[in-house]
Amino acid sequence: MPNVGRIVAVSGPLVTAAFEQPVVQNEVGYAEVDGLRLKAELIRVRGDTADLQVFEDTTGLFVGGRLEFTGEMLSAELGPGLLGLVVDGLQNPLSELAEASGYFLARGQYLAPIDRERRWAFTPSVEAGASVRAGDALGAVPEGVVEHRIMVPFGWRGWWTVREVAAAGELRVDDAVATLEDEAGHTRQVTMVQRWPVKVPIQAYRERLRPDRPLVTKIRIVDTLFPVARGGTYCIPGPFGAGKTVLQQLTSRHAEVDVVIVAACGERAGEVVETLREFPEIVDPRTGRSLMERTVIVCNTSSMPVAAREASVYTAVTVAEYYRQMGLDVLLLADSTSRWAQALREVSGRLEEIPGEEAFPAYLESVVAAFYERGGLVSLRDGSTGSVTIGGTVSPAGGNFEEPVTQATLKVVGAFHGLSRARSDARRYPAIDPLDSWSHYDGVVDADDIALARTVLQDGNEVAQMMKVVGEEGTGLDDFLRYLKAEYLDGAYLQQDAFDDVDGASSAERQAVVFGEIARVLRAALRLDGKDAARRWFQTLTQATKDWNRAPWGEAAFDEGRERVRELLEGVRGDA
Amino acid sequence: MHEAHTRLERIAGSVVAVQARDATYRELAQVSWPGGTSLAQVIRLDGERAFLQVFAGGRGLPTDARVRFLGRPMRVPASDALLGRVFDGAGRPRDRGPEIEEEGVDIAGPSVNPAKRIIPRTMVRTGIPMIDVFNTLVESQKLPIFSVPGEPYHELLARIALQAEVDRIVLGGMGLKHDDYLYFRDTLEEAGALARTVAFIHTAADPTVECLLVPDMVLAVAERFALRGERVLVLLSDMTNFADALKEVAITMEQIPSNRGYPGDLYSQLAARYEKAVDFDDAGSITILAVTTMPGDDVTHPVPDNTGYITEGQFYLRGGRIEPFGSLSRLKQLVNGDTRDDHRALMNTMIQLYAAYRETLEKRAMGFRMSEWDEQLLRYGVGFEERLMDLEVDLPLESALDVGWALLAECFEPEQTGLATALIERHWPAR
Repeated sequence: MPNVGRIVAVSGPLVTAAFEQPVVQNEVGYAEVDGLRLKAELIRVRGDTADLQVFEDTTGLFVGGRLEFTGEMLSAELGPGLLGLVVDGLQNPLSELAEASGYFLARGQYLAPIDRERRWAFTPSVEAGASVRAGDALGAVPEGVVEHRIMVPFGWRGWWTVREVAAAGELRVDDAVATLEDEAGHTRQVTMVQRWPVKVPIQAYRERLRPDRPLVTKIRIVDTLFPVARGGTYCIPGPFGAGKTVLQQLTSRHAEVDVVIVAACGERAGEVVETLREFPEIVDPRTGRSLMERTVIVCNTSSMPVAAREASVYTAVTVAEYYRQMGLDVLLLADSTSRWAQALREVSGRLEEIPGEEAFPAYLESVVAAFYERGGLVSLRDGSTGSVTIGGTVSPAGGNFEEPVTQATLKVVGAFHGLSRARSDARRYPAIDPLDSWSHYDGVVDADDIALARTVLQDGNEVAQMMKVVGEEGTGLDDFLRYLKAEYLDGAYLQQDAFDDVDGASSAERQAVVFGEIARVLRAALRLDGKDAARRWFQTLTQATKDWNRAPWGEAAFDEGRERVRELLEGVRGDA
Repeated sequence: MHEAHTRLERIAGSVVAVQARDATYRELAQVSWPGGTSLAQVIRLDGERAFLQVFAGGRGLPTDARVRFLGRPMRVPASDALLGRVFDGAGRPRDRGPEIEEEGVDIAGPSVNPAKRIIPRTMVRTGIPMIDVFNTLVESQKLPIFSVPGEPYHELLARIALQAEVDRIVLGGMGLKHDDYLYFRDTLEEAGALARTVAFIHTAADPTVECLLVPDMVLAVAERFALRGERVLVLLSDMTNFADALKEVAITMEQIPSNRGYPGDLYSQLAARYEKAVDFDDAGSITILAVTTMPGDDVTHPVPDNTGYITEGQFYLRGGRIEPFGSLSRLKQLVNGDTRDDHRALMNTMIQLYAAYRETLEKRAMGFRMSEWDEQLLRYGVGFEERLMDLEVDLPLESALDVGWALLAECFEPEQTGLATALIERHWPAR
């Protein structure tokens, strides 16, 4: 006997329904209209009415209409076959949807993300009689480049004894891989697919560890100055046009991780299209397979229904946690968390809650904090480690970082890559501000050199500020050299040409070598005859270093590039 | 079959409430009273009360007006019969032509499945170097023109429209001055483009709610054309008026404002329109150019700010020129790698040098002595503004690139530009 309510009000994505039997906070309901069932999530109960946010366009709903409660919280389907998929915020696979309903996203269409017919080569890793609990592996199947562990469902409590386990062979996801018996003697079958409520973190691990290894993004300013750790969190706030999305796209390509989850949340559809059309064509140099095989795209673009935007972020992090449970390093890129916050604001406004700053709900900070806390490095019960690294972009209104979403995010992340309008206007890409940004994690180059680089940047900025007042003629040669050194570090190292095949992705080894040379220049006392000569020399050096940046690693041109930079330096060294 | 309701419980601005059991969300209703008749749309249901947005506004509306629900959402005709015609914000002819009797298509339809989109790949040539060289326009791009009132944005819009090779132009005017509407009509007519154009024009004198409908009607028509395989250019002006109309209705509905009175869903509302720009995998495309006037030349104002986050770049119009700073075409990388090998590098270098020129200008204004480098920059900056930035300049992309190289060679030594040595060897003009 289904639990059925009656719709009593409709306002935008929000419907209110009167119910008679008990309902569960955050459970899924279906509003019925024209023979369609529109998925919704219960978000508030008042008296005998419940407010639900509908994940679809609510056109045509009417007072008195049926709304069926399911009792199940909004959940993601987890199992082999997720890698390479492009799904919407509710995990509907978009290519299958296109086959079913054509050009447009028809509402009320829900498809399972995981292919039911495909067979997977299962290899058991336990034997009958073994004792297992939630999250323990029962076996594995190869999924592209990863070994996909088939685990005891995370929601099963207590210890279970393996009664039967499938022999090695080709199985479909719904086939039983094992039969388990709990302490009370009840038996249950495990298949390759399990469901997990997206708003609840998966915690089937031994303990959380401190993130200590760098996650190499191959973006020099990040890895060298503002590194990200595996299992760490970072945010990229920036005004529009400063390059947030390009940075995210580059990171999704080059980052040295096992799995990348791209959560395109409330942003442009075109950007998702670029990823989903290009990734299958790009070969991942680490594995020799297509990049798409390590990628999952969860997209709820800006014109898709607003309530599903919130769901998309949680769906993405749940899939990330699932792969972490296999001992993998997972990177979740969320673009943009501000759109998700706006979705919260929109629904909060419809609920007529008392607004906080800029009409965002008062619980914004705790929601943002809880989301980033789902990142982390964990040691699993079998001794391996897995990590979820979360990088979120923030789109502050007016580019002003003093707004609620940026501030709520800065409090909880481990690194801050602040993009600056001034840098992007001057085409200094990536436009990460080298003075404002920070990171609590360890990087890939020598720590002393980094300290030096920071001093040089600070000094250079001071001189630049001073020159605005006293002019170049009022600046001494020594100060002017400090300014030029900072400009050199910026122009020849921190800036990177994303569209150059070589310069676009700089390995950790390469960064250590190149930065070592640059540090020599920064340390050197230079014998230059006047400011015009100094500027000329630095212009030549900058160009030589940029040419070097475009020389492939391990080829003769790379060594020649280094020689050229060294020669230039030796020509003017004052301390040699 | 739908009974008429004859008692309005509330009238506030253009929103009315009526006791009705048979209303469905977002459906259309006919409101009639002795003094007139208007369409209206259900925007909220609460118990037995339905809230309607009356297209003609609330002025002169009696409490005993008759409300009849039509059982369907708003539609617009979308056939070839529309070509050359001009309609108002409610879809009525504005040009004394006949009404178009057609079933029509629903407006504000669902969004395109990203899996059916393709990566845009066709450059739209405009002959304007600031666009073609520095911020290339790409078919299916959505791009606003940010500008203060008084700038020649309509001239720019019309010039791009006439130069671009498209099959159809759909023009949407929101809160337009009547003169501006006549300007568009005459310009398109003189160029012989009227026959491939459809226009929906809401002027400043028309009811506010009709302003809200214009983008949806324009885009529904454009979508229909695009699905037939045509390349459609949509021109919208002025999206700030559209946003102001949204604000007006939201405040009337007592929604909590988020920023300067605008509703919290401003971003979603604007995105729902702009995201209609599309390149279909096996049909046509929609390119959107939209004027967004910036109150007080403030780009952090909620309308340009939210727009900037949605669109694929923006053109800043200031002092009669497209500003190199702030102007951006996010899609340029998709096409400017295939134009000429020097395009990208030259574009970046010239802008970096122009930024340095602006700094030098500041230094000069403060009375500082100009170094040798400053003098070079000053020569360069003036040349750049005259030969490339001026909106009068009409050059094909390749010629504009050559002008760029010539200018660099006149002002600098090759190594001062920071360009890759290989490029300099190929393109640096011989003295």
